[in-house]
Amino acid sequence: MSIFVDENTKVIVQGLTGNQGRFHGLRNRDYGTKIVAGVTPGKAGTDVDGIPIFDSVKEAAAATGATASFIVVPPRFAADAIIEAAAAGIAFVVCITEFIPAKDEAMVASVLRRNYPGTRLLGPNCPGIISPGRCNIGITSGDIALAGGPVGIVSRSGTLTYQALYELSQKGVGQTTCVGIGGDPVPGTNFIDCLAAFEADPETKAVLMIGEIGGEEEEKAAAFIKEHVTKPVVAYIAGVTAPPGRKMGHAGAIVSGGHGTAQGKMDALREAGVVVALNPTEAGDRMVEIVERL
Amino acid sequence: MDLFEYQGKDFFARYGVPTSSGVLVRDPQAAVDAAAEVGFPAVIKAQVQVGGRGKAGGVKLVHNDAEALEVATAILGMDIKGHTVHKVWVEHASDIAKEYYVSFTLDRGVKQYLCLLSSEGGVEIEEVAKTHPDAIARVHIDPLEGLTDAEAERVVAEAGIDEPARVGVAKVLMQLYQAFVEGDADLVEVNPLIIKTDGKVHALDAKVTLDDSASYRHPEWEAYRADMELDGREALARSKGLNYIGLDGTVGIIANGAGLAMATLDVVSQVGGRAANFLDLGGGAGADAMANALEVINTDEKVQAVFINIFGGITRCDEVAKGIQEALDRVNLTFPMVIRLDGTNAKEGHEILQGLLSDQIRVEKTMVGAAAVAVELAKKGER
Repeated sequence: MSIFVDENTKVIVQGLTGNQGRFHGLRNRDYGTKIVAGVTPGKAGTDVDGIPIFDSVKEAAAATGATASFIVVPPRFAADAIIEAAAAGIAFVVCITEFIPAKDEAMVASVLRRNYPGTRLLGPNCPGIISPGRCNIGITSGDIALAGGPVGIVSRSGTLTYQALYELSQKGVGQTTCVGIGGDPVPGTNFIDCLAAFEADPETKAVLMIGEIGGEEEEKAAAFIKEHVTKPVVAYIAGVTAPPGRKMGHAGAIVSGGHGTAQGKMDALREAGVVVALNPTEAGDRMVEIVERL
Repeated sequence: MDLFEYQGKDFFARYGVPTSSGVLVRDPQAAVDAAAEVGFPAVIKAQVQVGGRGKAGGVKLVHNDAEALEVATAILGMDIKGHTVHKVWVEHASDIAKEYYVSFTLDRGVKQYLCLLSSEGGVEIEEVAKTHPDAIARVHIDPLEGLTDAEAERVVAEAGIDEPARVGVAKVLMQLYQAFVEGDADLVEVNPLIIKTDGKVHALDAKVTLDDSASYRHPEWEAYRADMELDGREALARSKGLNYIGLDGTVGIIANGAGLAMATLDVVSQVGGRAANFLDLGGGAGADAMANALEVINTDEKVQAVFINIFGGITRCDEVAKGIQEALDRVNLTFPMVIRLDGTNAKEGHEILQGLLSDQIRVEKTMVGAAAVAVELAKKGER
């Protein structure tokens, strides 16, 4: 099994007619993902390499039975796109868009919580989700993933998500699902959501978690692992050497007033029984050792 | 973007938040004239983007021309926690009856806005949280509902704001909330918010962080950006759309994605080196971004070797390789480079790099391996 998506998941791409949408949408289809429609207002009736385009998510979903959406639109249209997908009854929305204003993200979170509790948002500003051999929604290069489990990956950082997949695949260790939750101020899906899903998934035997400095999501995840996760967890926290007070790219990645340090997060995770590695390669090595003992 | 106090006060004024008017000056004599203009007693305040300037002697009360000259001379050019003071703000001294604290920010965990109001201002809020937690009221605000007048009044009462100031403080809360939301700020903080002896409520300080992602809907921010004081290289990088932070080591770093860039710094440190910078090319970077990044790092004389660490997702490795080629054509790069390239279109990228390989340009297969080579080259220091 995989979490959130599987080989039957039907996906529409909001923004399929754009440059990035076309490149990644078609690449997801080539991987085997059921990309069944695209949505671009005003372009209904056209197609992108045989994939039909609709004016709205509602029409696309009604015509195809899609339950997931992949959003690849510019920041100023992203909040409306997410809400449109939720309003059309889409259960799983992946938004890769970077640089969405924090106020828009907070508004989206509030609208989803109140009006569309049945919709799970992944992202924004995330690489997406891949269940190797079954489904790939987002911008991850499918050839770096390896099917057959037994490891679930959850990561707050985009490129480190790829690095994590790569480290395991190179060593012959497959993945059940790899989820990039993104580093934005208001992520739709967080570490705990993924840890709970991996804990419940019988195919997943161990979890690799990639965090980074800033905020307190890793500390909360540590508390959750201590109470609720019985499977082994390996973690790496990026930014051990980051200077305090400087924003390292992600809005979330900042050490301020002694809070959000890599050290504090690593201590909390170790205390929860997590194996903490000092770089992505070491995290891969530790996970291989664990998988060999399973 | 973090605003200077004087910019924060300008930002507040747009939303009706009462502040002292004042004058921004860059030399001591101008400070004397400004103090006379706003009227003695006046306050001369260092404009730096770092906390604790008061303790460092960067905020002083002056009563006459001679004092103003002496104080402005001392403050201008002063170093406050690594920040040199280039500008001072001069305003008339307010008659303070009582000091409060207020801030609005986003509580990431709760996914709602958080307002903190305290009846004890003028000191660090973390300190108040420890010593008098009862003096702080916290309220979460649902973005869909906003802050209502009734809620503002309730918070004011809960924080124990003195009776005569409650109406005025509640009104300022509403104005600050508007500034926070409509102004697309990540943070607005006023410490202290004061009630004056004449009963008026007034923001004596202004700490504002703007959400860079919302720049497209705020053309008025251009004026703030133009006034920012960046290290020359940081300004150059920003003008080219790169996310660059200068550090003090000898290994230049170029990576795509903030997480990978941070991990690259970590690995360089673990194999015994020190990074000269943090540089995130950003998502979907093309050849031009890579060429620009190399150009920026080339101006850093400390750099003895560069480690280019790319894992393509939305960024395509062939574009990255083309960028390296372009930079070699465009600029005289004088440092050795170690490149690690994986992910989207890695094969195409490596094909391009094959034609460039030399003593100056090497390719390594792994992140740790590449870091080790880059650190070794940096230690040779042959640039």
